[in-house]
Amino acid sequence: MSKRRAFWLGAGAMVAAMAVSGAAFAADKKQPKKKDYRAAALEVMKASFQARGQATLDRLNQDEAQAACSRSAAGEPLASDLKKKMEEAQSATVKYPADSKYLGSWKSGERIAQTGRGLQFSDDPSEPAGGNCYACHQLSQQEVAYGTIGPSLYRYGKLRGNSEPMLKYTWAKLWNAQAFNACSDMPRFGHKGILTEEQLKDVMALLFDPESPVNQ
Amino acid sequence: MIRRTRIALLAVGLAMASPTALAQDQAAEGIAQYRDMLEDDNPADLWELRGAELWKTPGGPKGASLEKCNLGLGPGIVKGAYVRLPRYFADTGKVQDLESRLITCMMTLQGRSFEEATKQHFGSGSEKKSNMEALVTWIAAESRGMKIQVSTTHPKEKDAYEVGKQIFFFHGGPHDFACSTCHSQDGRRIRLQDLPNLTTPEGARKGFGTWPAYRVSQGEVRTMQHRLYDCFRQQRFPEPRYASDAITALTMYLAVSANGGEFAAPAIKR
Repeated sequence: MSKRRAFWLGAGAMVAAMAVSGAAFAADKKQPKKKDYRAAALEVMKASFQARGQATLDRLNQDEAQAACSRSAAGEPLASDLKKKMEEAQSATVKYPADSKYLGSWKSGERIAQTGRGLQFSDDPSEPAGGNCYACHQLSQQEVAYGTIGPSLYRYGKLRGNSEPMLKYTWAKLWNAQAFNACSDMPRFGHKGILTEEQLKDVMALLFDPESPVNQ
Repeated sequence: MIRRTRIALLAVGLAMASPTALAQDQAAEGIAQYRDMLEDDNPADLWELRGAELWKTPGGPKGASLEKCNLGLGPGIVKGAYVRLPRYFADTGKVQDLESRLITCMMTLQGRSFEEATKQHFGSGSEKKSNMEALVTWIAAESRGMKIQVSTTHPKEKDAYEVGKQIFFFHGGPHDFACSTCHSQDGRRIRLQDLPNLTTPEGARKGFGTWPAYRVSQGEVRTMQHRLYDCFRQQRFPEPRYASDAITALTMYLAVSANGGEFAAPAIKR
């Protein structure tokens, strides 16, 4: 290759390189910054909602799990190590009954499972909240109006027995379902103070008591 | 013919189903039959008639009717307006759903205040009828049978859609609920009520395309606006303001997801 030819090739390459970088620069300038729609949505929500009764605006302030689960639901799946970390953090929130007694009255438990009221802006805060278990789960066979968002719990105790580890596991699941499954659809009944310890014992009895309609 | 097919299906059900499933099938069957019976004679017709009258009735400090209201297709054009809402309006610089747009018209054409335009926005029995719900029912009915075709071409329409999508997946409150908790899977029920999967076109068409609807359990016609309001109540969220941007954005997300479907409201529901 002659020197002159090499010169022109080199110059041509430089011009081409400059043109490419120039084009890239222009594209950078043209391309608007990617919008943060999550932040925009939160801003819109804060301006669009108002406190009413017990449903105050701080309910829009997400905890870490809610924020991560929103991102995941909107299309950014949780990395497996984050999922594990979240489950560990949720697991650490579980409080077991001080007297180590897990089972209350299944009759009260059935009422709690049937009741859907509680914590809505339309609810009287002096009334106890329900668990609304039937909204998502089959429990007793007599109640045919059950939902299917969660699995059937019919014969829960009869199928599993009521060993200490089974009682403990179920208590933890009711207290904070995300301890076992990050971003579970199930509310964290104990952790979020939806149900009291006594109410949780009654729901436990509905699941485990041999006399409970769930185990017939 | 339909009835005969049903009886045959019920017989197959009898032979195969467990007692619980059978009781459920019978309950669902009963509801479906009830709905069919009412379909030809939907009480929403009464709201529709009242809405058509209200549109033409002079009112507000300016004593004007809404007949010159521009719902997006030009002043006074009602047919086909609903299946193209929400949309961007240059005069307000905002994406608006039908209610929000009607409020604009009541304020600009009739001279009403926002408070006056939105008082009794949801109906409650014969004592507290809602003019807004009657208007919405009539305007929606004028698009019955048309294809849902909501645009995202204007940047603000695209923004509203994206914001609405984020709201749909936003977990919050003591129960951690998001819209997606109940509405992102196929074939699920809450109690006996089927839940549309609003993340699919079929589900979104079922959800968005059948409101407003006469709610038998409430004796009222309810709109999409009310449906979303009541969902947020049950999600344990604070109270959404009427015709607020969050409701419009969420409606935008659902409407765009329902695009291409046939608009089948006013419907009749449980």
